Amino acid sequence: MKKAAMIGVVVASSMLLSACGDEQAATTGISPQKYTDSLFAVMKADRTNYTKLIIKRLGPQGADAIKPHEYWEDLDNGAPLPAQMFRFGAEAVADMTTDFAYSLQSIWPINPQNAPKTPLEKEGLQFIVDNPGKNFYGEEDLGGVTYYTAVYPDVAVATPCIACHNAHKDSPRTDFEMGDVMGGVVIRVPL
Amino acid sequence: MTASKDGQGLLKGSAKWWMLWVLLTVGGGVYLGTELFISEQKALFLPGQTTHGHHQIEMQCTVCHADGFNSEVVLQDACMNCHGDELDDAQDSHPRSKFTNPRNAELLNHLDARQCVACHVEHRPELITTMGVSQPINVCVHCHTDIGEDRPSHQGMEFNTCQSAGCHNFHDNRALYEDFLLAHADEPKTLSEPVRPLRNFSARYFDKSGLAERLTAEQILSRAPVIKQPIPENWAHSSHAAAAIECKDCHGNEASWKEKPEHTVCESCHENEVSTFLQGKHGMRLAQGLSPMTPAQSELNIHVEKSHQELTCNTCHTSHDFDTRKAAVDKCIGCHNDEHSNEYLRSPHYTLWRKELKGEAAPGTGVSCATCHMPATRKGSGSKGRIFVDHNQNANLRPNEKMIRSVCMNCHGLGFSIDALADPVLVEHNFPGDPSVHIESIDMAVERDEKRGKRESIYD
Repeated sequence: MKKAAMIGVVVASSMLLSACGDEQAATTGISPQKYTDSLFAVMKADRTNYTKLIIKRLGPQGADAIKPHEYWEDLDNGAPLPAQMFRFGAEAVADMTTDFAYSLQSIWPINPQNAPKTPLEKEGLQFIVDNPGKNFYGEEDLGGVTYYTAVYPDVAVATPCIACHNAHKDSPRTDFEMGDVMGGVVIRVPL
Repeated sequence: MTASKDGQGLLKGSAKWWMLWVLLTVGGGVYLGTELFISEQKALFLPGQTTHGHHQIEMQCTVCHADGFNSEVVLQDACMNCHGDELDDAQDSHPRSKFTNPRNAELLNHLDARQCVACHVEHRPELITTMGVSQPINVCVHCHTDIGEDRPSHQGMEFNTCQSAGCHNFHDNRALYEDFLLAHADEPKTLSEPVRPLRNFSARYFDKSGLAERLTAEQILSRAPVIKQPIPENWAHSSHAAAAIECKDCHGNEASWKEKPEHTVCESCHENEVSTFLQGKHGMRLAQGLSPMTPAQSELNIHVEKSHQELTCNTCHTSHDFDTRKAAVDKCIGCHNDEHSNEYLRSPHYTLWRKELKGEAAPGTGVSCATCHMPATRKGSGSKGRIFVDHNQNANLRPNEKMIRSVCMNCHGLGFSIDALADPVLVEHNFPGDPSVHIESIDMAVERDEKRGKRESIYD
């Protein structure tokens, strides 16, 4: 009898708690903007750390043990460029989940496939160039799904970034300077 | 009474029909069930002949379809289970992950490049191309329609020529990408030191096993088993004997003796060789737990007398001499009976091979069948790297540009290699002379580079 009462209390408490949890989640759930802002913070931190802790420390400006290069796979000591590392992250995420997707794009892409494609991408990429320091947020329908789409500026923070883009024969723009917005990170969340 | 008798008669007649129906149903059910679940042959359930790469295992439905037929995920996983590593090695130019971003949603309406089967359809033999798979001919147009703007040299070219002219491949462009073309633009027809990589298994084995050196002839003789010739004689001349690998190492001891050790025994030492053998057409049936392949199951021209010879490790590496020189040529042309294989014996490559075997040329300068179709491949870099024979002869076969870096460029310049492989007549006659076609990709890359300013190459 005692045991049955105890189970009843536990079950009732669980139901109550679970109901409270649902209510709480509904009222305090994270907003799409906060979600994409948070994702971008992680992406930016990882990219900065890779640039500083790996490329700068072990590359030609440091121990000269590795060679960061676009065709890194053809070199025994080749290492992906920070932008490539970023893209590999995006591709690995795409293999794991469809809850969000991201890409690195630019109005001046070295690879034309990385130019803005959808109307909102075009608007967002132009916005962050015209409004330095600001992010762009919007919604768009793609393939029958509505997405919350955020575009974050990708700013030139290291000289190798601008040196490579300015010298690259496939680069449509060759006058980047430090601090320029070179492109943008586009994050999408299905609503 | 008559009516009753008639009724009984009808019932009796009806019972016969019921009995027949039950017998037919049960019999049919047993037959179909046996066919589906027990028999290796399930031809009744095959909706259409499969591609060249799959026909040997097409009755093992579950390899591709797992336990059900309703999921694209299952099919895609099945493709990647067998071909994923190969695509990674090829630095796949168009991996699935490039198409999963929602920004490509519109593109997917034209071609769902997230699924291998979007291009490579199975059970439709009428769609199979010379590549051995079905392949859309103008797939590039969906994304690269404005290529002519960026590359004026490409203006006016038809999109069905991108992949058929020796310039591009959808997956594997390791020898064809622009910077690689530039880095090797000035290479001669034949390099100054044409030599293939040499296997280092033996050296690595001696290092690892603690054996100071190969056993001498006397030591080998003292260890030779006292059994009927020519087994001791063959063994005595093998690398196994020199490395002190004795009967029990392959056959087991008296209690666990195996008269004919299977590939799993070979695998215990030759892991890379066996794993790649199981990936190729020679070993893919064994990999699926089926009986070994026989040449009769090949879709190529095969010498009839070898049709029913089962293909295991020992088919080419005959026990007990395990002579890799025989395995590299004699065993190949012993079965393969096509123009390319037969012409090999009249080719300059074979002349080089003969010279090497006679000791008239340096090791690694000869070119056997295996040199090109089962090339010595490096796995890992530095002193720990293994150079082993890749026994998956299909890994670099189609498209043949896959062979450029792993094989041709050990001896030849890039330009010559591209041209030679793009000349089907030259290939068929086993490269008796110079190519009669010229692929302009290097010229275009050089011209564009000069116009847009040279930049540092990784090979500088």
